[in-house]
Amino acid sequence: MTTTVDTRPAGARRSRRTESERRDNRAGWSMVGPLVAIVTMVIVIPILWTFILSFQDARYSDVARNGLANPFTLDNYIDTLTSSGFWESIWVTVVYTVCTTIGSIALGYIAALAMRDRFRGRGIMRAAFLLPYVAPVVATAYVWKTMLNPQYGVINAMGVEYLGWDQGIDFLGREPYALATVIVYEIWRYFPFAFIFFAAALTGLSRDVEEAALVDGATPWQKFWHVITPQMMPVIVLLTLLRMVMTFNKFDDIYLLTGGAAGTEVAAVRVYDQLTGSSDIGAASANSVILAIILAIGLGAYMKITKRMSAS
Amino acid sequence: MTMISFQTTLFRVLKWVFLALLALTVIFPFYYMVVMSFVPIQDLLREPLTLVPEIQQLTVETYRQVVAPESEGGFGFARFMRNSAVVATAATLLTMVLAIPASYAMTRMRFAGSKKIGALFIAVYMFPQIIIAVPVFVGFQILGLGTSLVGLTIAYIALTVPVSVHMLRSYLRGIPESIDEAAMIDGATRWQIMRKITVPLAMPTIISTALYSFMIAWNEFLFALLFLSAKPELWTVSLGLTRLADGQEVSRTILMAGSVLITAPIILLYGLVERWLTEGLTAGAEKG
Repeated sequence: MTTTVDTRPAGARRSRRTESERRDNRAGWSMVGPLVAIVTMVIVIPILWTFILSFQDARYSDVARNGLANPFTLDNYIDTLTSSGFWESIWVTVVYTVCTTIGSIALGYIAALAMRDRFRGRGIMRAAFLLPYVAPVVATAYVWKTMLNPQYGVINAMGVEYLGWDQGIDFLGREPYALATVIVYEIWRYFPFAFIFFAAALTGLSRDVEEAALVDGATPWQKFWHVITPQMMPVIVLLTLLRMVMTFNKFDDIYLLTGGAAGTEVAAVRVYDQLTGSSDIGAASANSVILAIILAIGLGAYMKITKRMSAS
Repeated sequence: MTMISFQTTLFRVLKWVFLALLALTVIFPFYYMVVMSFVPIQDLLREPLTLVPEIQQLTVETYRQVVAPESEGGFGFARFMRNSAVVATAATLLTMVLAIPASYAMTRMRFAGSKKIGALFIAVYMFPQIIIAVPVFVGFQILGLGTSLVGLTIAYIALTVPVSVHMLRSYLRGIPESIDEAAMIDGATRWQIMRKITVPLAMPTIISTALYSFMIAWNEFLFALLFLSAKPELWTVSLGLTRLADGQEVSRTILMAGSVLITAPIILLYGLVERWLTEGLTAGAEKG
């Protein structure tokens, strides 16, 4: 069969190839089409719609009645950018994002290094380390709240009993403890994510260079700092990017722990309050768009810096 | 030389101290959650430092109360769990039906716009939930899907699809295309190849991806809060537990029992697929 195909003139062969291309085209779209349609419906259109709504003075009833036909205005942006609560929430969000990103990556990295060499029970320990990440956020948030309760929480009971505190500390209800506590919680919850990435990357690392460094008389610290860490840079860069994006708009953790009180009102919680509290959809949308822009600028700057650093 | 041996010893000691402390920090909250769910509330309030209660102290009364429906003076957790199971299962099945063919096509077929679709999925992966929450909430209200489990299921696809496509694609990329080509010479269509050859080969990854999607949907909180707050009979586990916590008269031990009930299925599923799951999530990390 194939020999007869090969002896056909060049033109016939080309049409045969385009026919198979056309077939792949049709099969390809039948395979990705439904997914693209759903993603368009639940992600792409909502994003575009947020953008339009942010230019309209729209409450929920206006949108239900008029759809997109509400008059256009810049008021939402002016109101958002001139309110002091907005800038404060951005500042809190930035502090929260930077601290938890650095904290969870550092902790995950140290944990992966500490568990690099095989030891008895390593498999179980590795599986256990992922628990904070896979467990439902609602459950872990309430356990933390119970443990940190000023009256009967075990942490405060220990502090009073063994550390000589006068009374329990309201970890989630008082500044500046509240912000520090949600940051610690977030690091606890997301270090496993960094941990599994580092563990996978360390497994793939060739030990030849390290052994050569040992022969040359490098100390363990030098080995860690000059041999292993540079090879981990791509993972660190990727994780920083992922964690920054995910944390910047994080809602549930803070909402569940403090509800945004005591200096922990991050941007996402603020958007939620605008949406449900005052059902001011226009303001919530403008707030979301500005957040997306700030995040995009932050990511752009981050990528530029890492590119320059890897070039030099 | 002494520097080397000094550091080696120091790091070895520090390593075990660190691992012990970290293990304690990770496991203690879960231990505390389980213990507190079995002690009577008076004991917790009187003796907050009791971490290893006596056997005769323990009670399962809390669980009975949590699970029982409201009509019997309980908190209706059995219903929350059923709702969550339905939504999470439906969202997972839909995600898989959509994501498997799409991932197959994206890894090994060149069709008009295939590159753009790859880029679209990376962009979508970066888009945070809170930004799409506003219009999805409003839009579904208008369509009449706002306060329903169907609407919630569709919204969950937005959360599970990007990461599922990512995991499936990175695995399918590793299956040699020569298998597909051989089958095509035998006259099989792309759909047949996918169903009969690729899906069986990729089964471990498909299962772990499906279970990861299930976990995302089961654990989800924001959409449930936006969509279902007004209708207690539709509450999922996350929302149900939050509403319990908001009630003043609900004791902490009840909350802990509820937390155990919503965490246990996830930990069971996770135990089944732990290894596959970590491999799927970190695929491509070694390459950077």
